[in-house]
Amino acid sequence: MNAIANFQAASVEDLLSAAQRLRQGIPGDLHEHVVEAIYGDAARIADRAVTRPGAPARPAVDRTIDRIVTSRVWGFPIMLVLFTVVFWVTISGANVPSQMISSVLVDRLYPWLRETAASVGLPWWLRGVLIDGMYLATAWVVSVMLPPMAIFFPLFTLLEDLGYLPRVAFNLDNLFKKAGAHGKQSMSMMMGFGCNAAGVVATRIIDSPRERLLAIITNNFALCNGRWPTQVLMATVFIGCLAPSHLGGLTAAVAVTAVAALGVGMTFLVSWGLSRSVLRGEVSTFSLELPPYRPPRLWQTLYSSLIDRTIFVLWRAVVFALPAGAVIWLFANVRIGGVSLANYAIDWLNPVGVLLGLNGVILLAYIIAIPANEIVIPTVLMLTVMVTGMTGLGHGAGVMFDLRDEATLKTLLQAGGWTTLTAVNLMLFSLLHNPCSTTIYTIYKETGSRRWTVVASLLPLALGVVVCAAVAAVWRWLG
Amino acid sequence: MNTSASTSLSTTAAPPSKVCADCQVYRAARLKKLGVAVDKWDYIVALAGNPNTGKSTVFNALTGLRQHTGNWPGKTVTRAEGGFEYAGRRFKLVDLPGTYSLLSTSVDEQVARDFILFGRPDVTVIVVDATRLERNLNLALQVLEITDRAVVCVNLIDEARRHGVQVDDRQLARDLGVPAVPTSARHGEGLPALLEAVSEVASGRLICRPHRLAAEPPAIRDAVRELRARIQAAYPHLPNVRWLALRLLGGDEHIAEALRRGEFAGLETESRLEAADASDAQPQLTVP
Repeated sequence: MNAIANFQAASVEDLLSAAQRLRQGIPGDLHEHVVEAIYGDAARIADRAVTRPGAPARPAVDRTIDRIVTSRVWGFPIMLVLFTVVFWVTISGANVPSQMISSVLVDRLYPWLRETAASVGLPWWLRGVLIDGMYLATAWVVSVMLPPMAIFFPLFTLLEDLGYLPRVAFNLDNLFKKAGAHGKQSMSMMMGFGCNAAGVVATRIIDSPRERLLAIITNNFALCNGRWPTQVLMATVFIGCLAPSHLGGLTAAVAVTAVAALGVGMTFLVSWGLSRSVLRGEVSTFSLELPPYRPPRLWQTLYSSLIDRTIFVLWRAVVFALPAGAVIWLFANVRIGGVSLANYAIDWLNPVGVLLGLNGVILLAYIIAIPANEIVIPTVLMLTVMVTGMTGLGHGAGVMFDLRDEATLKTLLQAGGWTTLTAVNLMLFSLLHNPCSTTIYTIYKETGSRRWTVVASLLPLALGVVVCAAVAAVWRWLG
Repeated sequence: MNTSASTSLSTTAAPPSKVCADCQVYRAARLKKLGVAVDKWDYIVALAGNPNTGKSTVFNALTGLRQHTGNWPGKTVTRAEGGFEYAGRRFKLVDLPGTYSLLSTSVDEQVARDFILFGRPDVTVIVVDATRLERNLNLALQVLEITDRAVVCVNLIDEARRHGVQVDDRQLARDLGVPAVPTSARHGEGLPALLEAVSEVASGRLICRPHRLAAEPPAIRDAVRELRARIQAAYPHLPNVRWLALRLLGGDEHIAEALRRGEFAGLETESRLEAADASDAQPQLTVP
């Protein structure tokens, strides 16, 4: 056996050295010779098989549309308007179903569950962990996230099916090149708008390791599924109300678009900074194919975006919300010397929070929600409820404020010391902070490097701290 | 719809009449979508092709899975797996990342190439875009250099018709030496014929004579000839000697490494294709 193996190894090395020797004798670039031969054959075969009886290469309509949506003048405005419309439809359409779900899950089911639990004689702490903690957190996640997602994802998928996303990539390509990054980064960024972990995996289409790292590190600046609801809710409650009521929804939509655009801006800025410091190198060229516009199949799109994205993301959120709910309840109810753990943590985090224009509750919520961004908002709300003592959770009263009334929500948050600055900075911080645990793990798997994983995790967080602190300082100085 | 592939009669246990075999309803009825449940399979089928040609749509149509599809290139960067049962045989279907070539070093191209090479699929279905046939054939030809068991799926044929492009699939099949089936996977058109072709090639009832590059570029002719002879001496039954010679000449470290690990020794097939590998062999379909 060994002799055979040795013989094989020897013959392989012979083969490789022969290849090396022969390579020296080849004039020019072998790769080019081969490619030329392949292209020649492909052209010949295609020519024999394809006939186009007097038809243009591409239909005129396609080209006309492309000329407009990728034009220098109209490309960017059309992009912004389209995305604003998508957000606006999401924001104004999500209200009614949100109310309905919340009225069932929180107003009806929740008191009933508490009573039932009490009547079967569960001890108060078990009731607290199960119902006030786990159930309530999950009910929040579902009623806050399901409606916006059920509207946003199908709309986004329609844009995708139609073939608009590659046009966005085309518009952004030039900017990426100027930032020293690969044009294909716009594609992985688009995936990131759905899920950053998926976006990081999508960077595999980039050949050069340098440009791929840029794409991985900056992917977190694309707002993901888990963070859209935070943006939408904050914009609705705090920004929308700054405008006259009939313009509220639109104002909120513009605010969300602005944050998303800021994320894209950050992608360029950070790519630019890195490609001029630690990740210096050549920019690769590539050809971007603009696929034909295809009429989307409405029902299939609705179905697949509902199953693939909405239910998938919601399920993930619920899975994380269950244990998080228990943790939150325990945090708020385990007391040392008459003060709850949550209060200790919040008091301790508060000075930092205030410096950033946020507060201790929000920072604690971000720490609890590291496993999944989806539960930041429910966590913030639950902690606020418990800390401000607006309800007697754990003491039996248990009337949860309901989401139906934005004014109530606002009253609650204001009782927790919230201002417009808090909301604005929460939106900014939600854009600029460490990726979720899944994404961090994916980055580690894709780069295989601890160092770059740490960079990709902490760089956005550092940026978030700087930006929030700066906004808070300027805000207070002006105000 | 008679493609060159489907004209060959199937010879399974209970041979259907010719009318039955050509009838779409009959063939579609023999498809059983298995989703991800493919623990025991008879054949492995790989799906390769340029980005955005509808590989994932074909994949979903055959497996009944709902892998996310989207109208933009680069949707699939990892491989997805699913299964289906056709004519009593279980097929495992692997959706490879879409690539424009198999010559570069990006991860997606390596995933695709390594699977076609070392995953030893029983059939590689090359999905090509009927509206951009010439560019898509560049990849198809590269795949045919590596494997001799392939079916070309000329997808988006509805779009081509709309753009006034006609693709002569029989001519294409003759030139490529493998079955060529026009399909519109989005609308389920042509899938029965595709299944039939895949099953014929997988079972070995249909032996392909894939197109190999017609003429060696003169600049490299002698070098390739010498290296081929050496490879053939070491691995007498390799189905893709010329391709391997070119990779080694190009200094492909990935392939050299695979060679050192002895992975090519496992790739030798029973000698049914030695003759076809000679570059002067006339590509043609033969039904034994």
